[in-house]
Amino acid sequence: MTTKTNRVYLDYSATTPMAEEAIEAMLPFFRQEFGNPSSIHRFGQYAEAALEEAREVIAKHLNCSVEEIIFTSGGTESDNLALRGVAFARREKSGANHILISAVEHHAISHTAAQLAKNFGFDLEILPVDPYGRVDPDLVRQRLRSNTALVSVIYANNEIGTVNPIPEIGEICRENGIPFHTDAVQATPYLPLDVQDLNVDLLSIGAHKFYGPKGIGVLYVRKGTPILPCQTGGGQEGGLRSGTQNVPYIVGMSQALKFVQKNQAQWNASLPILRDWLIEQVRQKIPNSALTGHPTQRLPNHVSFVFEAVDSQKLLTLLDIEGFACSSGSACKTGSPSPSEVLLALGLSRNLALGSLRVTLGKDTTAEQLESFFDCLIDKIKILRG
Amino acid sequence: MMEKTVVVGMSGGVDSSVAAALLQKQGYNVIGVMMNLWSESERDSVNRCCTPDSMRLAKKVAARLDIPFYTLDVREQFYRQIVTYFIEGYQQGITPNPCIQCNRLIRWGALFEFALSLGADYFATGHYARNILDQQGVYHLHRARDINKDQSYVLHILTQADLARTLFPLGELTKAEVRQLASDFQLPVAHRPESQDLCFLGGEDYRSFLVRHLENPPSPGPIIDTRGKTLGQHRGLAFYTIGQRKGLGVSVGQPIYVIDKDVNNNTLIVGSKEETRKKNFIVTRINWIQGAPPAREFELVVKVRYLSPFLDAHLKVLDDGSCLVELSQPYWDITPGQAAVFYQAEECLGGGMIQQVRS
Repeated sequence: MTTKTNRVYLDYSATTPMAEEAIEAMLPFFRQEFGNPSSIHRFGQYAEAALEEAREVIAKHLNCSVEEIIFTSGGTESDNLALRGVAFARREKSGANHILISAVEHHAISHTAAQLAKNFGFDLEILPVDPYGRVDPDLVRQRLRSNTALVSVIYANNEIGTVNPIPEIGEICRENGIPFHTDAVQATPYLPLDVQDLNVDLLSIGAHKFYGPKGIGVLYVRKGTPILPCQTGGGQEGGLRSGTQNVPYIVGMSQALKFVQKNQAQWNASLPILRDWLIEQVRQKIPNSALTGHPTQRLPNHVSFVFEAVDSQKLLTLLDIEGFACSSGSACKTGSPSPSEVLLALGLSRNLALGSLRVTLGKDTTAEQLESFFDCLIDKIKILRG
Repeated sequence: MMEKTVVVGMSGGVDSSVAAALLQKQGYNVIGVMMNLWSESERDSVNRCCTPDSMRLAKKVAARLDIPFYTLDVREQFYRQIVTYFIEGYQQGITPNPCIQCNRLIRWGALFEFALSLGADYFATGHYARNILDQQGVYHLHRARDINKDQSYVLHILTQADLARTLFPLGELTKAEVRQLASDFQLPVAHRPESQDLCFLGGEDYRSFLVRHLENPPSPGPIIDTRGKTLGQHRGLAFYTIGQRKGLGVSVGQPIYVIDKDVNNNTLIVGSKEETRKKNFIVTRINWIQGAPPAREFELVVKVRYLSPFLDAHLKVLDDGSCLVELSQPYWDITPGQAAVFYQAEECLGGGMIQQVRS
């Protein structure tokens, strides 16, 4: 039985603990600097200054201009705004009615696109992926139509960690004049986010995946991209996302991004070693298991498996009782017994897909933790397989 | 003592919540587990046992006690083994008791095994019953001290192996005491009315549920009396249960009741109150809690449904293991498919399914 103190967190793709400096940076904006950034007075001015400073930090990291940064309530809202906003604007302007997304999108994309198809008459097409979960840029080229409203392909998948060739896909979309969106929520702590190199027109991030607070995110929107707001009101964020900006959280997010900038090189050097050690251990010592996602083209902190004849919900419970916090795919899906659509898209059987385990590492993960985790994992798999 | 771990099957209700709190107070490591049972899609919110509301309550209780809480998804198995059993039972003309089947196959099946796989020493529920270990190492299932709340009837399927690992922390308590404890422990349990309905019906009448699920829609047929005289037409045998009086649509000048269903001839047989009284019946698929009957023939008391009184009877074990029960006094509404549960004094000896009722 574990107590609160000896728990080991291995679910950094679900969310991360906040960086201390991000917490510290937020506090003044709950207290003395509580103003509304739209106000004329000094209170408003201080809040606005902090807001715009944060916007600059983020714009710089994305290599874009400040007007292209839209603050939202997180990755899901950013994905929604990108899809709905661009789909409706493109249809209004040029009658474009075709939406192209990959088979390995987060539900924030796939369910939004499904609703656009079901309730708003858009024509949704799903791009198949290879057995590693990658989208082939050539396939995007083949599937583009003259009436394609937008394309959305996830940068790095949350369930299987596979990284997609975003610059190549972006280039093809650009040649054809089609807006291209990527969900970079999982990619943010580890992968380059230069929107010029990535050839993207829209990009979503969410702060709590990179040691920032929950409930805050960004949608990058390239200047000139046709987009309509989904939330109207006072006209904040260039009219694209009305509502008083969440200043303390935005400040916390920009501070967290600085934390990422400071540590990214070190994480990218150390985490793949831990990741590959665990992958190798499972490969060697747990029969009837398979890595899901690409062996190398994957997030540095991301390990995901399927185990034959193992119920992942039970496995997670057994591991948690021993103090190891992992997930079966995406945290949003916990409690649902249906196999992940992402895993099915890789061509895995339903039975295998129900035995998934995701182990995601982060700034505080140590080799010792992973070793004791692996010992426990072997043990629990044996128990569940009877 | 070494700290023992117990998994408590939780429901968000007052009983299982107090059970968890009591065990924690007694020094156990408590883990809460709630089962996710089957509901018709789009009707999840009405399943009495595992609505989002009861799940939220169970989680609140777990948070209040600071115990880990997990859910076990048994929807597929529940559908396959319990709902199907329920539907098929009606199709075959019996009145099944899915709660007992659920206790046997799900609660002391999937959930019990899950508890052991978590490394738990014990599994506990909020049932009102007592599990007593004698000096010979034999476990005995006894009625709860609160005779009005006693649930040993639905627990007659337990085996020695089950009881060896099962705790019933509420067995010595009355419902009033349990309510008081909930308040003493400051447990955030709802004051919802108690229901005898089946969880997956979600308050719906079982007949409309059956209409949606029966493969062959129930077909109308004759209603006859015990002398063979046709009195009217029934809407399909599945819609009627033994002892039913209302909704027969037949008027003969005195109250009449369903006394039998002839599935082969799709005929509903009705009669007077007196004609529903029966004395002898056969019980099959028997579980003896101690593994075997105490004798080939003995005196005992029997319950023929959850809320029936304890009836004096004589039991004879037949060669095939089934039992012939002879009541001292005839009793009405003895219904094939329901459980007959055997008692001697406080002790529940076991029970089985009423197979065939004789006059």
